[in-house]
Amino acid sequence: MNSVYFDHAASAPLRPEARDCLDEWFARTGNPSATHAAGRLVRTAVEEAREQVAECLGARPADIVFTSGGTESDNLGVKGLAEAATPGRTHVVTSAVEHPAVRESVRWLGEHGHEVTEVAPRPDGVVPVEVVLAAVRDDTALVSVMAANNEIGAVNDVAAIGMALRERGVPFHTDAVQAVATLGVDVRRWPCDALSLSAHKFGGPQGVGIAYLRSGVPIAPVQHGGGQDRGVRSGTMAAALIAAAGAALVAAVADRDDLHGRLEGHRKLLVDRLGEVEGIRVNGPSDPDRRLASHLHLSIDGVTPDALGLGLDRAGLHASSASACVSGAGKASHVVEACGIDGDAALRLSMGTTTTEDEVEAAASILTDVVSRLRAGESVVQPPSGGPRGQVVA
Amino acid sequence: MANVLVAMSGGVDSAVAAALLVEAGHDVTGVHLKLADVPLAEQVPGQGCCTLDDAQDARRAAQVLGIDFYVWDMADLFRREVQQPFADAYVAGLTPNPCVTCNEKVKYAALHERAMALGFDAVATGHHARIWERDGERVLVRGIDRAKDQSYVLYMATADQLATTMLPVGEHTKDEVRRIAADRGLRMAAKPDSYDVCFIPSGDTAAYLRERVSADPGPIVDLDGRRLGEHAGTWQYTIGQRRGLGLGTHERRFVVDVDPASATVIVGPRDALACEWAQLGDPTWIAGRPPGEGDLTAQVRAHGRPVPATIDGDVVHFGEPVHGVACGQSVVLYDGEVCLGGGRVAAADRPALPISA
Repeated sequence: MNSVYFDHAASAPLRPEARDCLDEWFARTGNPSATHAAGRLVRTAVEEAREQVAECLGARPADIVFTSGGTESDNLGVKGLAEAATPGRTHVVTSAVEHPAVRESVRWLGEHGHEVTEVAPRPDGVVPVEVVLAAVRDDTALVSVMAANNEIGAVNDVAAIGMALRERGVPFHTDAVQAVATLGVDVRRWPCDALSLSAHKFGGPQGVGIAYLRSGVPIAPVQHGGGQDRGVRSGTMAAALIAAAGAALVAAVADRDDLHGRLEGHRKLLVDRLGEVEGIRVNGPSDPDRRLASHLHLSIDGVTPDALGLGLDRAGLHASSASACVSGAGKASHVVEACGIDGDAALRLSMGTTTTEDEVEAAASILTDVVSRLRAGESVVQPPSGGPRGQVVA
Repeated sequence: MANVLVAMSGGVDSAVAAALLVEAGHDVTGVHLKLADVPLAEQVPGQGCCTLDDAQDARRAAQVLGIDFYVWDMADLFRREVQQPFADAYVAGLTPNPCVTCNEKVKYAALHERAMALGFDAVATGHHARIWERDGERVLVRGIDRAKDQSYVLYMATADQLATTMLPVGEHTKDEVRRIAADRGLRMAAKPDSYDVCFIPSGDTAAYLRERVSADPGPIVDLDGRRLGEHAGTWQYTIGQRRGLGLGTHERRFVVDVDPASATVIVGPRDALACEWAQLGDPTWIAGRPPGEGDLTAQVRAHGRPVPATIDGDVVHFGEPVHGVACGQSVVLYDGEVCLGGGRVAAADRPALPISA
């Protein structure tokens, strides 16, 4: 049975450019911080990647730091900015729909001397600019609002938030992990002091992330050690992973417009097909400029999340019915709750570079079939062609 | 060849159950049930159940066996149907057996329903018990390893449920189970069995209850009504209990009765615990009909020694006195090795003291 992958938001396929980098640089031995020739050689991979990333983001190489992934970049951006803020500034503003890497970092700040204001999104997931700005005070040390929501796909007006905060002199971090694959991310248009990216969401390998940290803005390190990356992120620079991340971002930016167009088409097809099924609702903004083309978040009635998850998996549709959490059990997400989204089960279908129209048709067909079987109390475990129910021998 | 859903706790029994079913050629899916919601900081690896380590152990076993694996969060249901009634029972002066309640309400009822609704042919667990077919009916039989037999906690199953249940491990001794696990590269082969109530990893039931039940002090009296001491709540005492009475006397005294209404704990000598009969409230019989008049055996604890018994209506008569029968405890009847069913004690009589629920 062929499976179709609709979980690109969780992890995307490795681009060939990234794979080539891994092959090339994994073959080399050396610590990029070593001063001898072997070290200097692998260091080249790191600095080339830094320049590539900087150019893609409209930043300067000195603004780019490499991390172990989006979560670390979020930790560094949030805790790093807040802990280094002007003394006396202990207030933090964030939204109720941030990724756990931001949410939990902010929670940690709240337990360590900071006061937190969490602003609510609109029901469609968008975090309104005026609501964010209204929460900012004279003692605000940090504002963290994501560029695009990983579950619902709602896109925030980070440019407007960033410009207002720059004017007021309030440090601003934005989690752009989900945005960069399909949206232009340019720090010249989005004034911010920290921005997080995760390589495996745009075709790079797992295990490496990017933290844009605007030079000159005080940042407290989260991970202490040898001070390798700009003194702010200690740890051996993973040359091959970093090289692959840089190459992947370049490739992603190059085909971004094309990808966006293709995904909008796929999304419309999915929405059309699923619109024929009763009790399935599309969540998130309807304005295409306020949502990610890659994401489709659904509320589904008449099925339970666990049953839906098992049934879809069995039928070969790989999608996320809840954010992957610690034990692996599906739980109601804080994003769904914050948006007031109802429904017996929620499902996120997310698409990417390898998604084809055939896959879209297959996904729609599988989802329709599994939902109808579950609602009718029919088996989602037996092969669809039927056959006798298995014999249970005591 | 059946589609079987195996409940994998992370322990060796359920992992081997899954392994045996895979080897028998079935299409096996593993599920770890998150039942006890013990906060991460209070989890004790190796104690209690449903810790993160347990979920990881179950996941790894599924990987080694090459089967699909899911985690289902049933903590809300478990809290409502097992944990809350556990505390409520103690407050009411009863002695609950949460494992019985869990099988009755969660592992059997809820899991079975979900599995059948999804289209599985059977649910399997790692319980040490067996299911045989006898005269066209399914019967529940003790596991081969008497010391590990768990038929007692499965007594409330119906024949229909047994028809869609598989218990692969009951045919093996515990030692064999561990050997099978080791042979197949399952790392829990050496994992110790957990004996505590799964949602009380520290093993300290009194402490668990103290956090959830308000103090209700009262007197500890003897059979003549003489006041011997104080207690902080009748729910800290269970019939038959000897330790923790704090009476500071050389006499061996046992809790003979608890009366929450008057907040009184009554203690007495061991003889006062001798029980001749127990009345079952709402018994369930696997065959769907009560046992006949023949000679049976009764077991009043999960690993208690069975005693000869007969049943008349819903009253079980013990052939020899049984010490420490508490209301709320389950009495399970056997015909030889076959488990017939049973029920929770609603009333029990002793020569020394008439007691009712």
